[in-house]
Amino acid sequence: MNNVFAALPEFDADASRRLHARLVAAATDSGLLDVAYRTVDSPVGALLLAATDEGIVRVAFDCENHDDVLAALADRVSPRILRAPARLDAVARQLDEYFAGRRSAFDVVLDFRLSAGFRRAVLEQLRTIGYGKTASYAQVAEQAGNPKAVRAVGTACALNPLPLVVPCHRVVRSDGAAGNYRGGTQAKLTLLALEARQR
Amino acid sequence: MSLPPFEQVVETHGPTVLRVCRAMLGHHEAEDAWSETFIAALRAYPELDPHANVEAWLVTIAKRKAIDQHRSSARTPIPAVELPETAESPSDGYDDLWTAMKSLPAQQREAVAYHHLAGLPYAEIAEILGNSEAAARRASADGMKKLRAIYQGASR
Repeated sequence: MNNVFAALPEFDADASRRLHARLVAAATDSGLLDVAYRTVDSPVGALLLAATDEGIVRVAFDCENHDDVLAALADRVSPRILRAPARLDAVARQLDEYFAGRRSAFDVVLDFRLSAGFRRAVLEQLRTIGYGKTASYAQVAEQAGNPKAVRAVGTACALNPLPLVVPCHRVVRSDGAAGNYRGGTQAKLTLLALEARQR
Repeated sequence: MSLPPFEQVVETHGPTVLRVCRAMLGHHEAEDAWSETFIAALRAYPELDPHANVEAWLVTIAKRKAIDQHRSSARTPIPAVELPETAESPSDGYDDLWTAMKSLPAQQREAVAYHHLAGLPYAEIAEILGNSEAAARRASADGMKKLRAIYQGASR
């Protein structure tokens, strides 16, 4: 036997789990956990949930590629990012209830730092569209204070960092078609059908 | 180029740093050193040069934490046999190996851990040890020789 380390396992799963939990706890205590995240399963695919001290900062669909989303958060918010499911328990539970048709509004604190200006104003407006209702892009533009900015409303919805909890899926085209969605048109149709059924 | 999420650093380098901590401190104290290493790394992480060798950076922090632990846990610079039992870190089944590592002189133990466990090149190891590449290489070779003799003798 030449290498005395040859028999050592590369990876000690128990120790890794234990140490990760300890790191998350210590980081939280020291105020060093800038972004906590977890993933949850849903009828519209795996969702990434991320939160800062201020609140939920990002909800991302599988098709956005969660690794890319985390890399963007590292860039725009802070690289001090850890998987810390407990920090997102409340929103995860509420999403479960929503998809089960048992919840029509989310009671979570949101961190809007990833959108500014008119896009931010659009997101505020979207929160007033109730469960099971829809509005057209033109209506939202008018309510957000700029009736000519229909395309900008489309962009704001397409770039909504907080889909589902800020219901951009309730904004549809004036001709009645669902229109585009960050999670794909099929996901949008699924959500609209869910809400129509429960209403 | 920007820094990846810290979770990725833990995933990629956590297991290696744990093996290095075990090699430096023995199995039981290793988890405290690992935890202190990663919380210190998380604190400093936003300032890290994105082009830096992350593994060498972590090993440098781990070395400092291991020295702190030696100072606080023992009067003797190299505790030979006493391994305090702690409840939260059960044995990984390689106590003989970690005990054998502990009996090496510090420079040899470090050179062996950094090269054979962390996979760092001798140029990086020389920087961490503050000696030359040739000296680092020699310390590692001498350490491995001694380790084979002790460890294989003990496990027969």
